Amino acid sequence: MRDLSVEYLTARGPVQAVNGVSFQVRQGEVFGLAGESGSGKSTIAHAILRILHPPALITGGAVRFGDRDVLAMSEGELEEFRWKSISIVFQSAMNALNPVMHIRDQISDVLLTHGFPRSEVQERARALFDLVGIDPRRLDSYPHQLSGGMRQRAVIAIALSLSPPLMIMDEPTTALDVVVQKDILQQIANLKEKLGFSILFITHDLSLLVEFSNYLAIMYAGHILEKAPAHELFERPLNPYTVGLMNSFPSISGEKRRLTGIAGAPPDLVAPPKGCPFHPRCPRAMAICSEVMPAIQQVSPGHEVACHLY
Amino acid sequence: MANVNPVPADAENPQALTPAIGEGAAPKKTAGRQARSANRETFRRLVGQPKAMIGLTILVIYILVAIFAPLIAPGDPSRLEARQNQPPSAEHILGTTGQGQDVFRQLAWGARMSLAVGFMVGFLSTLIGLIVGMTAGYLPGLIDGVLNLFTNVFLIIPGLPLLITLASFLPPGPLTVILVLTFTGWAWPARVFRSQTLTLREKDFVSAAVVSGESRPYIIFSEILPNMLSLVVSSFFGAVTYAIGADAGLAFLGFENVNTVSWGTMLFWASNNSALLQGAWWTILPPGLSIALVAFATTMLIYAMDEVTNPRLRSEKEILRVLRRFHVVSKRSTPVVRKAAE
Amino acid sequence: MKYILRQLSLYLAAVWASLTINFLLPRTMPGDPVTALVARMRGQLTPSQIEAVRAAFGFNNDPLWKQYLQYLSHAIRLDFGLSISSYPVKVSTIIGTGLYWTILLGTVTLVLSFVLGTVLGVVIAWRRGGLLDSTLPGLTSFFGSFPYFWLAMVALFFLGFELGWFPMAHAYSDDISPGPTLEYYQSVGFHIILPALTIILVSVGGWMMGMRSTMIAVLDEDYITMAEAKGLSQWRVMFGYAMRNAILPNFTQFGMSVGFILSGQLLTEMVFSYPGLGFYLVRAVTTHDYPLMQALFFMITLAVLGANLIVDLLYIRLDPRVRAA
Repeated sequence: MRDLSVEYLTARGPVQAVNGVSFQVRQGEVFGLAGESGSGKSTIAHAILRILHPPALITGGAVRFGDRDVLAMSEGELEEFRWKSISIVFQSAMNALNPVMHIRDQISDVLLTHGFPRSEVQERARALFDLVGIDPRRLDSYPHQLSGGMRQRAVIAIALSLSPPLMIMDEPTTALDVVVQKDILQQIANLKEKLGFSILFITHDLSLLVEFSNYLAIMYAGHILEKAPAHELFERPLNPYTVGLMNSFPSISGEKRRLTGIAGAPPDLVAPPKGCPFHPRCPRAMAICSEVMPAIQQVSPGHEVACHLY
Repeated sequence: MANVNPVPADAENPQALTPAIGEGAAPKKTAGRQARSANRETFRRLVGQPKAMIGLTILVIYILVAIFAPLIAPGDPSRLEARQNQPPSAEHILGTTGQGQDVFRQLAWGARMSLAVGFMVGFLSTLIGLIVGMTAGYLPGLIDGVLNLFTNVFLIIPGLPLLITLASFLPPGPLTVILVLTFTGWAWPARVFRSQTLTLREKDFVSAAVVSGESRPYIIFSEILPNMLSLVVSSFFGAVTYAIGADAGLAFLGFENVNTVSWGTMLFWASNNSALLQGAWWTILPPGLSIALVAFATTMLIYAMDEVTNPRLRSEKEILRVLRRFHVVSKRSTPVVRKAAE
Repeated sequence: MKYILRQLSLYLAAVWASLTINFLLPRTMPGDPVTALVARMRGQLTPSQIEAVRAAFGFNNDPLWKQYLQYLSHAIRLDFGLSISSYPVKVSTIIGTGLYWTILLGTVTLVLSFVLGTVLGVVIAWRRGGLLDSTLPGLTSFFGSFPYFWLAMVALFFLGFELGWFPMAHAYSDDISPGPTLEYYQSVGFHIILPALTIILVSVGGWMMGMRSTMIAVLDEDYITMAEAKGLSQWRVMFGYAMRNAILPNFTQFGMSVGFILSGQLLTEMVFSYPGLGFYLVRAVTTHDYPLMQALFFMITLAVLGANLIVDLLYIRLDPRVRAA
């Protein structure tokens, strides 16, 4: 996507949730999108498939999948495009599943809509459940009858049903407890190895992306502040916000460090601060930071930063 | 009888109703004061609202007619003075009844009775509903259980048969009407207030008040009640809507003192005098239409309150306006609107 | 299961309450109602009729609690004594015929207005700000403000009397004898149109707005977003996902509304001389036929509770989460 901007028209005024965001997810890659709550990452995920609801508006930019312009598609084209080319795994499986339908029906309806032959639907549903490690007999359960982990796996199974080349995962493990989290992540990693799809992994927990992702982007208040290949970002974080994030979580290995948080609170997006959105909390802010928004520029191959320090 | 009381969506999903208090903000003892300023804001917004304006206009017109009846239509409305069943003419603007009374004069004077009963019942039902509902909502356990069951029983027993049964044993008159209508009308507000109180009770500012040792009555009246004010107003208008329609129904059946003039008794006499067979539509249309218009006005006010207090509805209006400006049809997929560079 | 038990206990409480009200009213109101009745009828009652009334009220010399038990045992057996206005016909006989017609009219109008209101509510919630959404709520609210009986009178006058399009009274033509003939059914159907239409016109707004508000709440849910992300067609999402969930709270609301709408229906029956319970209720009122009136109150309450129970059973069928509880 390039220069994507999304606005919410709230009663208090327009809120710029996403402001000129550009990035690219390459085939077979795990692209991590990290940021605090409210930084706009979920909004981007929804915007890609254009499933944002009023009062949201896409106000600028382009979203391309291969050679197709998603923002220019008609309703019919979108319906065909969705799930087949890009599917999405939502944060809370309990909320993402229709409470009054069997899981089986929730898999079969998407298969049938996209032209899967009726005779093969049941087989495919069983195969999908096998793939994510759920007993196919649970296909006839309702969502509230499954445990949290099973629900999340069911949602992943549904997301895989049309074998899309790109899967968006919007905080897929946040609603789960830690032990199950690790399980699910492992599962996702295995599936990726096996089936070879790309992942846009959205999270607020950087620690999850440490081993998993190839490329990372850090978001804050609707802007991307830094983009880099994963190992590069961890070894050489440039933007002060990224540095702050890195210092906020402990690493099991390595030397003992003092944990520091980032002082202050995220800005109110109805009236964002002028210039760089992070400057009120930035330990290295300069005069220019409160005036002009830094443009994102390449600092080394593959590594881009939006910061006046560079 | 008017239709099912339109309850704002919030009453059934109390979570959706946003009190003015910010969630997660440090609970302050000034929660009551914050609610009061939010209420003032709501009132201000209400004034420009089209639905509110329509409703208010109609209501005010009728109230004025009722108050100034002696000036607008002087004379005794029950006086038999003209030929019977005359269609509207220059002399009698709305014609005459089957007994020779001036319909317009009856309409104007009848407004007093109908509106007075309606508002009185509305007020009493809301009051009783508040007492029962808030008590049930705030005090846990047995009291709530008993009061709730009591409320539900009164909600489920069909209104008209109960009204008829009660009214047939009591002497006809406005007091009886007010009594029986309130008897059947308090349950709905009670239910609404109970569920709202239940929700508000869980909020932080209440815990803060409890911890700082405020007495229960203080909490209920100074903390919870101001946050429910818009709901109270809506319920009041809902009760008025019910009362006006039910009063008409009772009068139509002959349960009220048929020698007094109200819109309901006008319809009673119209039916009694076989207005239909006589073709005297002017004895049926004006009173019934007036009842309908007043009920409609109160309904509009309820919807207006709902729109003004529900932030989601407001933001939706906003976005529809923008879409129209850019000529984008509202579909389900997120619209793409390219604004000119600023 | 627990849900049904909870509802049943509510219904039982309601039945008990209505019976007790019936019992207490004539005994707590000032004066002896029997004497008052006799005075009102100005000596038109024969001594045996007066006895019937006394018996119907259960006024004997037994202590109050004993009278109460006697009364309850009679009521359980649906024995309400003899009617005054149609002496010596039993009250239960009169109610029998009336009940049938009221249930017929009630079922037809309830089902039609519920279905119509629900579909309309779904459609206008889906296309917020569309043409329908801007016009229908106002329109149906306006019609919803009409008193049922008044609209009945207006309809009867203009469509029945003036234009002569529809029959003006009764459930079927006076010159057809009831029986399983096509002619009979056609006549019944024809006669039901006008009363049903007026009731539907007034009540549809309530269903529509209720559905609309639950739809709006449901449309915000994540599973709707997911359904759209799956590329499902609009219709499927609207009906299969949204409506299927949004309709559930309306079922619980249904119960409350049935009593209300039935009250309006009773008045409509009166205007159209439709031989249902409403018709008999009014007659009982004007003739001071207390046994009949009390019995009607009880039966109507039972009918409403019965409808509620049916709806509750339906609700359990539709919401799997309640089944588990």
